[in-house]
This record gives sequence, structure tokens and C-alpha cells, in this order.
Amino acid sequence: MSIILDHVNYIYGGDTPLAVKALDDICLTIPDGQFLGIIGHTGSGKSTLVQHLNGLLKASSGHIYFDGQDIYEKGYDLKALRSKVGLVFQYPEHQLFEIDVFTDVCFGPKNLGLSQSEVQYRAYEALKSVGLPEDLYYQSPFELSGGQKRRVAIAGTLAMKPQVLILDEPTAGLDPRGRDEILDLIKKLQTESGMTILLVSHSMEDVAEYVDRILVINKGSILLDGVPREVFRHYQELEQIGLAAPQVTYIMHALREKGLEVDDSVTTIDEAVDQIAGLFRR
Amino acid sequence: MSIVKTKDLVFEYIRRDEEGNVEGITTAVDHVNLTVREGSFIAILGHNGSGKSTLAKHINAILDPTEGTVWVDGMDTADPEKLWDIRQRAGMVFQNPDNQIIGQVVEEDVGFGPENMGVPTEEIWQRVEESLRAVGMYEYRKYSPNKLSGGQKQRVSIAGVLAMHPKVIVLDEPTAMLDPSGRKEVIRAVRALNQVEGVTVILITHYMEEIVHADQVFVMDQGRIAMEGTPREVFSRVEELKSLRLDVPQVTLLAYELKKRGLELPDGILTTEELVKALCG
Repeated sequence: MSIILDHVNYIYGGDTPLAVKALDDICLTIPDGQFLGIIGHTGSGKSTLVQHLNGLLKASSGHIYFDGQDIYEKGYDLKALRSKVGLVFQYPEHQLFEIDVFTDVCFGPKNLGLSQSEVQYRAYEALKSVGLPEDLYYQSPFELSGGQKRRVAIAGTLAMKPQVLILDEPTAGLDPRGRDEILDLIKKLQTESGMTILLVSHSMEDVAEYVDRILVINKGSILLDGVPREVFRHYQELEQIGLAAPQVTYIMHALREKGLEVDDSVTTIDEAVDQIAGLFRR
Repeated sequence: MSIVKTKDLVFEYIRRDEEGNVEGITTAVDHVNLTVREGSFIAILGHNGSGKSTLAKHINAILDPTEGTVWVDGMDTADPEKLWDIRQRAGMVFQNPDNQIIGQVVEEDVGFGPENMGVPTEEIWQRVEESLRAVGMYEYRKYSPNKLSGGQKQRVSIAGVLAMHPKVIVLDEPTAMLDPSGRKEVIRAVRALNQVEGVTVILITHYMEEIVHADQVFVMDQGRIAMEGTPREVFSRVEELKSLRLDVPQVTLLAYELKKRGLELPDGILTTEELVKALCG
């Protein structure tokens, strides 16, 4: 089972002189359990793309299949789709509103019409999985730190038990440790519960470190699609569209230019350490 | 000469419950002594909740100290008579460019500050032009800010501050919401302000690569200054930074890990060039 996008187009302001093509003939298959990174400069269409996947935006033309079913077919249950595809927006903590953390996380599953005991069980499980200390469950969400608030917001989506979790820049504004904690948590959700993860990010270093596959979006279409190594090999093209490779890739390029026999498609620190240390041991 | 100086600065938040009863007191800034030399480039690091933004808000008198004193260009920020002078001397740029731009046209937005200061019209236009040129946005002066990228909008925000002819600019995570090229544009503009225009810069950020060129780095933790030194000195202390929830630039981390594997490298390598030189001779 998977998500398939078949020639998806999206036009803002369709019948007006201001019409803008935000998505241009996107064809894409996302297999179950994949960790997919989506990168692109501001305004490239990446947020528009992910908002199609749970039916928040409807394609101007083309089809989207979720688990084999066309989500635009008459009678398709979009509400059910939204509980299967969880979307965590940028700065999700701005959407916290309840009097305490636990009630806030209950909001999603409650609206699915589940029994109270099931709602509470799910909220508890979700808060546990994001690693929030139990003594904070009955505090006001507004008294938590930035990183804690963001965990609560993610728990709110997890409590709906989605099969697919989409996160739009989940680490913006967090300190380095907070950033690592959130990304480790997301990785764990993928490896332990087999969740499909879509991560929209501006940090090339994070994407290189965590994802299985990268999608580069530019002007509403897919420019590059592949494993991090392959994609960051095209660092010059990436620079032209406002992106970059991880700093470590540039270091490897510089070393190679100086005649060191290192692999310049390396994208993570661990790989680079092994390469360079190996070279100097010989 | 110091442009910003704090002496035993303390700032306390009073937490109240729903009925308004005092629940407790949080000390966000705890006896901070800081001296910023005129014309220097200062970086402040620290995890979320370490007090760095609270400290920054004292520099243009958005917050008043609970205890201690803050001087900006020799003026005490607690003196209400000096408020407008202080805000003109010390400008601030925040994280989200969309919250800081009010004009319909770029040049109008940049002119807003000097206009409110009562600068004569002729001079306003002159200042708008100079400021937009300084951040490399002059060609966009007739644009609607809506049509600009995040990095461009943020540079317009900086120009807006610059047009007030401040002596010091405080930037509170100006690149947190930007893509890689936007981040680069903003940092380049900030460095130019410092080096070409001689404006004192105080940069708060979570991106370690952005501050390798700073003159001095302060690391905050629990409202206090926990570490202080040049970027090289601070980034040499990898484990200590990690224990404060921070990080080092990728090149510094790579050199540190290689050193652990037995390679002979100097501490605190900050740029790719330095590492290449150390490895290839």
C-alpha cells in the first residue's frame, strides 16, 4: 500500500489574470514505511504538495491514490483519510489551545468519535511516545518550553494513529539538542511503528542524516529524486535554486581537489570521519 | 568604548495562576555583566529558554531590568526620558519577517522608521536609498514585500532598522525561518553592515556556522553567561557545548571526531579552508 500521485497539477486563482501554477505535473510514488525528505526554497511548492496528501487542497487536475483508492472519487471518505494522514504544520505549538497538555492531545481522537477510554488511552500513548515527562501532562501547554510544546503538538497528531506523518519544518527555531531530539523521535516512529514519514525541511544537514530518499521541488515540479548521496552530488544545481549540500559534502570536495582520495559524495559526518581516518591510517 | 553595557542585570517573570495569584518567580536573566565594544560583532548562543531573547529585549528597552542597569551608548535604559533615543540607537530585527514589514512597497516600509523620527522628507529618501543599497535590495525598492522571498524580506527588515541610523543592531534568530540561500543572504548583509558601515552587531542564532566570523561569543544557560570567548575558543569546547544543548559547525565537529581517531589537528577548526590546510599541508 502506498501513496501515488498521477499527473497532479494545482493552479492558484484559476480563472483570474493572477493564476499561478503551484504544482506542475507531479508524478510520485511513496511506498509504505519510507522516510522521505522534501526540500525546496521558500515558495517552491513543497507545502502546497504536502497539503494535497490529506485532501486539504484539491488538485486542479490529476489523481491521488491512497492505499489504491482514488481520493477524488465520489463518496471517498476524506475525513477518514485525514485521520490516516497526519499533518503537522510549521510552528504547530501555535495551535495548542486547551487548558492542559492531556486535554489538548485528546482533542484529535475525540473528534474521531471514539469512546472516552479509547481517547484517553491514545492520548496517553502518544504523549509517552514523544517522551514528555508525566508530571507535565496536567500543566498548561503555554508553560512548557519551545521544544516541549512542539512535542505536545506532534503528540496531538499521533493520537489520531496516522499511517503517514507529514511534518512541515518541525525543527524551525529549536536549539540544536531540541532539533536532534525531535528528529530522533520521528526516526523512531518510522523504524518502530513502520510509519511513513514526509519531512519538509530547510536543513540540508538534517535531511542528509535522517531520510531514505530526497525529493527536490522547484517551481512546482520535481527537479531531483533519489537517495541523499545522489541528490547532493548535484550540489551546483541545488545552489542555483537556493539550496545547498551539507557542509561536510563541500569539505570532501575541497579535500579531493587537494588530491586526497576521498569519496566526495559523502553527506554525513560519520561517513566523512571513516573516510578520512581510513586514509590517514594507511 | 562600550556601546552596550549591563551591570548585574536581573530580570524576573512573575507567574500567576488563573485567579491572578502569584505561583512563583522565574529568573530569566540572572546577574549578567556584558560589555560590547563599539563596532564589534557579538554572537549570543544558548538553548531555548536560556534567557538570550530576554537579554536582547533589554538592549532597546522593550524590557526594563528587575535589578541592575543596562546602558546603551551611555544612556540608562530605565530612564523613560531617553526611551526614544535608545530605540533609535539600538535597532532590533526578529525571527519572522512577515511580522515586521508593514509597508505596501519596499521603499515605503524602509522609510517608516525615519519618518516617525521626524526626519525631513529629503533626507528620508536619502536614508532609504543608502539602507537598501547596504543590504543589496535597492533594485527591489518598488516591489511589494509580498513578492519577495524570505531572505529578501528579512533584508528589507534590516534596511528598515538601518534607516534609523542605529549604532547597534540586535538580531534575534533572523534566519530561523529561511532556506539556505536566504540564510546566506542575510548573514552576508549583516557582516557587511558591521564591516563596511561599522554598525555594532549582536546576533542571536541556533545556526553555529553563522557566527564563525564573530569577534566574541557568549553562551547563555539558565539566565547566566556560561561561556565566553572567540569562536575558536568556544567551539574548541565541543563536549561542554553539547551539554548546554548546543552544537558546533559541521567542519569543527568533523575535525574533533578525526582528532579522537588519532589524527593530529589543532583545536577549534572553524572553516573548510582551515581543515583542508591542516590535513593536506
